[in-house]
Amino acid sequence: MSETDRKIRVLVAKPGLDGHDRGAKVIASAFRDAGFEVIYTGLHQTPEMIVSAAVQEDVDVVAMSVLSGAHMTLFPRVKALLDEAGATDVLLTGGGIIPDDDMQALEARGVGRLFGPGTPTTEAIAYIREWAAAKERA
Amino acid sequence: MSTIERDLLSRAELDALVREREVELAELKALLAEWREAYEATPKRDALFTTVSGREVKPLYTQLDRVPADDAEALGVPGFYPYTRGPYATMYRTRLWTKRQFAGFATAEETNERYKYLLDHGQTGLSVAFDFPTLMGYDSDHPRSLGEVGVCGVAISSLADMETLFDGIPLDEVSVSMTINGPAIILFCFYVAAAEKQDVSPEKLRGTVQNDILKEYQAQHAWVFPPEPALRCIVDMFAWCSENAPKYNPISISGYHIREAGATAAEELAFTLRNGFEYVERAIARGLDVDTFAPRLSFFFDVHNDFFEEIAKLRAARRIWARGMRERYGAKDPESWRLRTHAQTAGVTLTAQQAENNIVRVAYQAMAAALGGTQSLHTNSMDETLALPTEKAVRIALRTQQVLAFESGVTNTIDPLAGSYFVESLTDELEREALEIFAEVDAVGGVVPGIENGWFQQRIAASAMRQQREIESGERVVVGVNHFTEGSETIEIDTLKIDPEVERRQVARMADMRARRDAAQVERTLAALTAACRTDENVVPRILDCARAECTLFEIRHAMEEVFGAYKEPVFF
Repeated sequence: MSETDRKIRVLVAKPGLDGHDRGAKVIASAFRDAGFEVIYTGLHQTPEMIVSAAVQEDVDVVAMSVLSGAHMTLFPRVKALLDEAGATDVLLTGGGIIPDDDMQALEARGVGRLFGPGTPTTEAIAYIREWAAAKERA
Repeated sequence: MSTIERDLLSRAELDALVREREVELAELKALLAEWREAYEATPKRDALFTTVSGREVKPLYTQLDRVPADDAEALGVPGFYPYTRGPYATMYRTRLWTKRQFAGFATAEETNERYKYLLDHGQTGLSVAFDFPTLMGYDSDHPRSLGEVGVCGVAISSLADMETLFDGIPLDEVSVSMTINGPAIILFCFYVAAAEKQDVSPEKLRGTVQNDILKEYQAQHAWVFPPEPALRCIVDMFAWCSENAPKYNPISISGYHIREAGATAAEELAFTLRNGFEYVERAIARGLDVDTFAPRLSFFFDVHNDFFEEIAKLRAARRIWARGMRERYGAKDPESWRLRTHAQTAGVTLTAQQAENNIVRVAYQAMAAALGGTQSLHTNSMDETLALPTEKAVRIALRTQQVLAFESGVTNTIDPLAGSYFVESLTDELEREALEIFAEVDAVGGVVPGIENGWFQQRIAASAMRQQREIESGERVVVGVNHFTEGSETIEIDTLKIDPEVERRQVARMADMRARRDAAQVERTLAALTAACRTDENVVPRILDCARAECTLFEIRHAMEEVFGAYKEPVFF
């Protein structure tokens, strides 16, 4: 791997009031096993808390888990706050119970790929690696 | 042979019986040796012969796997200690399980319509799903609620919302289950006050409030107060209900969420029952007589994919509970020994890929629940991994229960799998494992210390990770996800979406309510509640006063938080 001078830093975040963290914890462990540096926010984070943690920890990627149906509010809000904080090069990705057409709508608004139920963790890992490699080349 | 007959046998007759049995066993062992040879000589499929919980399952179970002489004590008969074969003597011959579909979305008006629809279609009880703000004790117009109002359940912020929710539904006739935990005591008081408005007194109320905070810290994570004050509120509710609402279940001790978060069947069983015993100990420590509250403790288990393990789990749960309540906590009333449970098919087993297959998964799980002897059942809708269920999907889920209850014949006889070498072995094994896990909980200092140092949370997460690895490696087959995937790309199921307009309407309703109510009364009742929190006084009557004065959920929460503080999660992954 050419990008291993600096490990990819990922903030795994659980925004909103939803407490379903099985997916967030599984993905955080899988990212760590894949060699990423992982920071997990814990539950019930506001978009402001997530963006502040992302900036403070200087992460490359924010990966949000949203199962509450509030994705159309939470993803755009975090994206806007990241941009406001000047973190325009941070990848905002995630997963959860998100219908396909909402995924497309969010991608059109600058959010990265989103992953639905049943996605292997390897798929999300490969996506982040490819994104990091492309960023390095750019 | 009954005990009396055995006592009457002569020594010689007994010796003859023992010899007969020895000969039988020797014959069986010889036969089994032949079988073993044939088994070893034949190639096996390349597959995992373990349960989804990772339990090794033997290819064959026989009478050598357990001691049948123990059966009189370990199994008994249905409706009698230790209730392994069922909590009631007649089971489904008297009453089928209650078909109770969990539902709630948008505002109280929309959910009220859905409830009337469900009741019209043969559902026999209601089950309220609250939205996340309500579950966490926030009003719909609180800034933290933004984007989540009515999305995942119904928004209930005050007595007025609760009244609307049950408008035209007689609360003395319909039993209502409410899934709420952190602020359970507040929503319970809204419910009691809404019943008062229908002229229904608390002693007529039948139903259940989940109110199981321990599993929230461990798995589900919708909490408000720290463990000690939260446990105090639960004991307050036990005491208040035993005096005022004797037909109401003030808790549903829940394994469902523990399992869904990743625990194995044995962990679900053990954590749930250990939590149950914790509540019992707390109530006894407050001076309550165990037989005044224990008969109203109810349970809620997950019914996952592994058919026999799930049946055995429900049977083992009843036996462990009965033995613990009688032997350890000295309960004398058989009602205190009897574990009654609700069951729900496992949401976590539903797949977004080829979602129609979920109908079949749910049907098998529902059958396991019936064979395990559940008292009520929620069957999941096929589209729940995609969004809230549509009416059509809910109807199919309900029809699944009706086909099971009225066509399959499994309700004709009680506990039909009793005596199965396999099911009885599994039941024994799960009981043994649960007792081992109880000892581990004691070793980490008990339930609350185990929560505070993350022991439960880490253990559940580790089990979840193991299952994920099995699925990703393809060892654990998930039809339509990692095997048999042709046709998985297209999902063509209508899904229910909540219009953002719902949030605006609910916020506007709250503004009206706040303007209309008597502000002095609000302040007075809230101050009295805060004062009561500082003493040992039962807080239920104070919260009821607040509810009647139309204080909101968050106002009441806030008044209590001043004394109790808020829970801070220890973060682990």
